[in-house]
Amino acid sequence: MFQTRLGHIAYTFADLRELLGRASARKSGDELAGLAARSAGEREAARSLLADVPLQTLLDQPLIPYETDEITRLIVDGHDAHAFAPISSLTVGELRDWLLSSAPEQLAGVRGGLTPEMVSAVCKLMRSQDLMLVASRCEVVTRFRNTLGLRGHFSTRLQPNHPTDDPRGVLASCLDGLMFGAGDAVIGLNPALDSVDSCTGLLHLLDDLRQTLDIPTQTCVLTHVTNTLQAIDGGAPVDLVFQSIAGTQRANRGFGIDLALLDEAHAAALSLNRGSLGHNVMYFETGQGSALSADAHHGVDQQTCEVRAYAVARRYAPLLVNTVVGFIGPEYLYDGKQIIRAGLEDHCAGKLMGLPMGVDVCYTNHAEADQDDMDVLLTLLAASGVNFVMGVPGADDIMLNYQSTSFHDAWYVRELLHRPPAPEFAAWLERVGLTARGELSLPGAGTPLREALKQLGAGA
Amino acid sequence: MTDDLTETAPWQGLRAFTHARLALGRAGVSLPTREVLKFAQAHAAAQDAVWTPADFGPLLEAWPDALELRSRAEGRAEYLRRPDLGRRLHPDSAAVLEPLAASAPDVLIVVGDGLSAAALRHAPALLCELLPLLDGLSVRLLLVHQCRVALADEAGELLGAGVSLILLGERPGLSSFDSLGAYLTFAPRVGRLDSERNCVSNIRPGGLELPEAARRTASLLRASLRRGLSGVELKGESAELLE
Repeated sequence: MFQTRLGHIAYTFADLRELLGRASARKSGDELAGLAARSAGEREAARSLLADVPLQTLLDQPLIPYETDEITRLIVDGHDAHAFAPISSLTVGELRDWLLSSAPEQLAGVRGGLTPEMVSAVCKLMRSQDLMLVASRCEVVTRFRNTLGLRGHFSTRLQPNHPTDDPRGVLASCLDGLMFGAGDAVIGLNPALDSVDSCTGLLHLLDDLRQTLDIPTQTCVLTHVTNTLQAIDGGAPVDLVFQSIAGTQRANRGFGIDLALLDEAHAAALSLNRGSLGHNVMYFETGQGSALSADAHHGVDQQTCEVRAYAVARRYAPLLVNTVVGFIGPEYLYDGKQIIRAGLEDHCAGKLMGLPMGVDVCYTNHAEADQDDMDVLLTLLAASGVNFVMGVPGADDIMLNYQSTSFHDAWYVRELLHRPPAPEFAAWLERVGLTARGELSLPGAGTPLREALKQLGAGA
Repeated sequence: MTDDLTETAPWQGLRAFTHARLALGRAGVSLPTREVLKFAQAHAAAQDAVWTPADFGPLLEAWPDALELRSRAEGRAEYLRRPDLGRRLHPDSAAVLEPLAASAPDVLIVVGDGLSAAALRHAPALLCELLPLLDGLSVRLLLVHQCRVALADEAGELLGAGVSLILLGERPGLSSFDSLGAYLTFAPRVGRLDSERNCVSNIRPGGLELPEAARRTASLLRASLRRGLSGVELKGESAELLE
């Protein structure tokens, strides 16, 4: 039981779960779940009490029982007491001060000692600038066919979705993106059809494109892990295994996965040994609200559930983790302000946990958000050192029906903040004439990209 | 708007293969003015589709026996924040259905605004295609404001319907803000899972054309009544049916 007074009003919180929910920044999903503060005063009372909670208490008192949730077991059993030692005597409020006054190597040093609950709690005491500054001090570098996440670099996933997976339609969007220098994080397609045969065809399509143009990047078809396992059995060219993940065992069951299945998929991807520079072979997507959406949140606020998903991700040393922040809809994040806050929280929390965080800066048409809000979030994330964002033609995903970031948006970041793509990819852009001394450029007639365009029938 | 200040992309031909926003050209590295405005107009149409109140007038005119009802969500803002309320009938509306309890129509059709009131303009034409295909079955038609898919579970349970079919506006995208989705549930009752439904989506001129949508929906519906189920188990059979 936690109790305090602010002015003449007394506030009481039954337990840690309730305290964390009430201390969260305002979000429609926590309100829908009945976990959010019911007044501004109650939120501040909860935050001030949370600031005094020892990190050791968060470690000792799991929010979701150890016996019934394998994610809790993963967190508890995997806790690194040695890494925890420098911060073990701190409260949540002291941890915020410690994070803001520590050097990058100190932050990297405590990764294994931080649990999702500690990270979520400290984020609730942090303003936007705190989330940005701390995130910017966490460099998380991963490798497959190029080097992602280096300080000062900024990458994009090329997302060439098509409503019927038409191969020429997919290729057309791929080429449009490549002409803008997108795709160093991954060329990653969300398939419209959920069959192994169809996904296998798409895997070959993307792999052929990569090999023909000799692009130092990786490709992925974002289908369910069980489909990808079958595709691997069938000899398909799988670079990365994709899966959506959540922060509770029950929510993951809703996704049709558990840790044993992810272990199997990770081993299968490693066995292909397709990475030339490194062996980060997993691509995960997450997003606040997924546990509530699956009715599997156990009374835990949506940010804490999200950070618990990062505990799942870090077990597999992924190449990419992407929080699809505004996709889920206004019942979880109502407007631009809530989407921006959640995007900054997820990026900072993921980086503190040691993950290669990207953010799908996005919204749906029933949320109170627009392109101006996305410009703000994109800029804040880029300034915070986000590893990657999406590149969608004209920011309009015609298959998933939502708005993300465009190829143009990535160039806006490069111009404003001078952030080139992954070094191997940047060198390729220069080699094929897509950039000249880092400036966007049009390759000459007869060059491989222009030939690829001509072959598809673009008349270029 | 001249193109003098902007670079056009010499790969316009790619647009033949997809309606993605390709080859937009650039002003510096940014979008040309005309593309910024086109995007904003599409977003405006989608937002208006979400926020414009549903007009069931044309449907009531064509089918005067239809009943106009509402969910427990009071207005659009609450509808968006509280999906649970959009799944339940308002007590006043439940009272309207009370005298019809256990009238047991073979088919309950609910037309709801969903996330796009703009999509409702296709509902009369879709019903004109669909209803003749349901010849021989008794049908009850309800029109519901601030409506989510699962509302048909409660309405169908109250009426003792054999199968419920709900037509409602899908979440609008930039390129299609007026699509209807159709969801079919055998033996509707509160608490049915999404896995117990079958769906026909993207119904609009230029998407899944209305006559084809009506044909698919009617075949699913008759298969559901014949086999006494809906959802994942019906899916395999329906794929063959729809070939």
